[in-house]
Amino acid sequence: MALQQFAPIAALIILAVVLTFIISNISTIFGPSNNTSRKTAPYESGMQPIGVGMRRMPVKFYLIGVLFILFDIEVIFFLPWAVVFRDLGFYGLAVMGLFFFILTIGLIYEWKKGALEWE
Amino acid sequence: MGCDNIINTFAPCLSSSLGVPIEIANFIGIFLGVIIVASFPLLVAIALIWTERKFAARIQDRLGPNRVGVFGLLQPFADVIKLLGKEDITPAGADRPIYNAAPVVSVVSVLLIWAVIPFTPIHVGVDLSIGALYFLAVASLGTLAIILAAWASNNKYALLGAFRVVAQLISYEVPLALALLVPVMIAGSMSLVSIVEAQAGMWFVVSAPIAAFLFFISAQAETGRAPFDLLEAESELVAGYNIEYSGMKFAMFFAGEFMHVFTNAVLMAVLFMGGYLGPFVDQIPMLGLVYLLIKASFWYLLSLLMRNALPRIRIDQLMLFNWLFLVPLSVVNLLVTALLLMIVREVGLAPDDPRSFVDNIPQTIVLFLGNAALFVVVMSMVRNRFRAQRLAETQTDDLLPATAGD
Repeated sequence: MALQQFAPIAALIILAVVLTFIISNISTIFGPSNNTSRKTAPYESGMQPIGVGMRRMPVKFYLIGVLFILFDIEVIFFLPWAVVFRDLGFYGLAVMGLFFFILTIGLIYEWKKGALEWE
Repeated sequence: MGCDNIINTFAPCLSSSLGVPIEIANFIGIFLGVIIVASFPLLVAIALIWTERKFAARIQDRLGPNRVGVFGLLQPFADVIKLLGKEDITPAGADRPIYNAAPVVSVVSVLLIWAVIPFTPIHVGVDLSIGALYFLAVASLGTLAIILAAWASNNKYALLGAFRVVAQLISYEVPLALALLVPVMIAGSMSLVSIVEAQAGMWFVVSAPIAAFLFFISAQAETGRAPFDLLEAESELVAGYNIEYSGMKFAMFFAGEFMHVFTNAVLMAVLFMGGYLGPFVDQIPMLGLVYLLIKASFWYLLSLLMRNALPRIRIDQLMLFNWLFLVPLSVVNLLVTALLLMIVREVGLAPDDPRSFVDNIPQTIVLFLGNAALFVVVMSMVRNRFRAQRLAETQTDDLLPATAGD
């Protein structure tokens, strides 16, 4: 039962990847193909592009990423608890409440530090 | 009924009636089921493009597509044929393998969600016991497609758009997951079929309205539609992460977005409005698909209305709205629902027969009142905060003309 369950999903992944790969490349067959250096240049509203497009990202986004990891781990702990919380009873609820409280302190700290402000 | 998915009903029938070996019958069954599951959303997407354009046109006091076919119904096909004949350009300096993989990932991430969605009582791709977790895992692949596309296309606009949108998508994934857990908690299972069956007595949209609201808002943000459409803020970023794509590769991103919106509407129907449940669905299972599509259309049209009627919000507002409003609210909502469910069970108000409407009334009333109380408390907190902010602003406004006059 355990892994057999996922056989149709494996089949779906293969079919979906093959199908979408074919569809997404179909216009290379039907469409024209006369590339010029102007045409393949990065589009920047008609300006001459300066430097490369693959740049480092502002540190702001790393802070958002850290915040996301913090709360995504929280979600991961909430997931099994949500299924069995009836068996764990009020003790389980209190523990999850405490866990959320500690995370909230982290959130408030990051907020007060200005991680959510965009200036 | 006995059988709980397409494969189980189809393969034994084929092997017993035609004498096909069971292994081959199983293989054919899986193959046919997969083709149906994969092609259904792709076909729906074609109809959605017409619906969306007509709807947007009516809101903007236009006629919308009306030349190709009756009521312009053939317009999406004309669009597809046009895109087929477009030149497929790969920008110089692009990372080719990743550039070609991104549109595929974008569509596949949506297609895979349909594997666990119950269409009718007997037609489910796979009834995974961890259906809700599977949905979360697969849906987050869409974020990956965006950063892959932007990074590989060697364009500054694309990358800037992708930074913003990835920050937005990962942020709104947290309330999405936490809101998803409320139906899981009331149903006591992560399987989407069990969640639908648990709503036979009462839809979860009545007993968990805040969770439905949170799921709808964050799902709208996950699709990157207005008012959360920072990724394609036309006036700032031209088109966002898919700016360098053309031809069918662009169409794949487009189709992925349309399917994502509709998939979210279907999930709203499955998680909060009883999915395929409706009158006579036990006798005629195919009616379930009709009910599911009717319920999904309601949420789909609501999402279109939101897209067309609301203005775009700024990125700092977007982040504050998520981290200081949606995330705390979703966690508190989850804990309050758990507390109420346990109190209901301790007091003995839990339904003896979850499928009966009358048995569910006490639990639903308790949960609904809990939600209403939470709503009042949160809204008064929000009101106080903004009142203080407004007061501070009016005070500085009064000072400004005085200093300017001197």
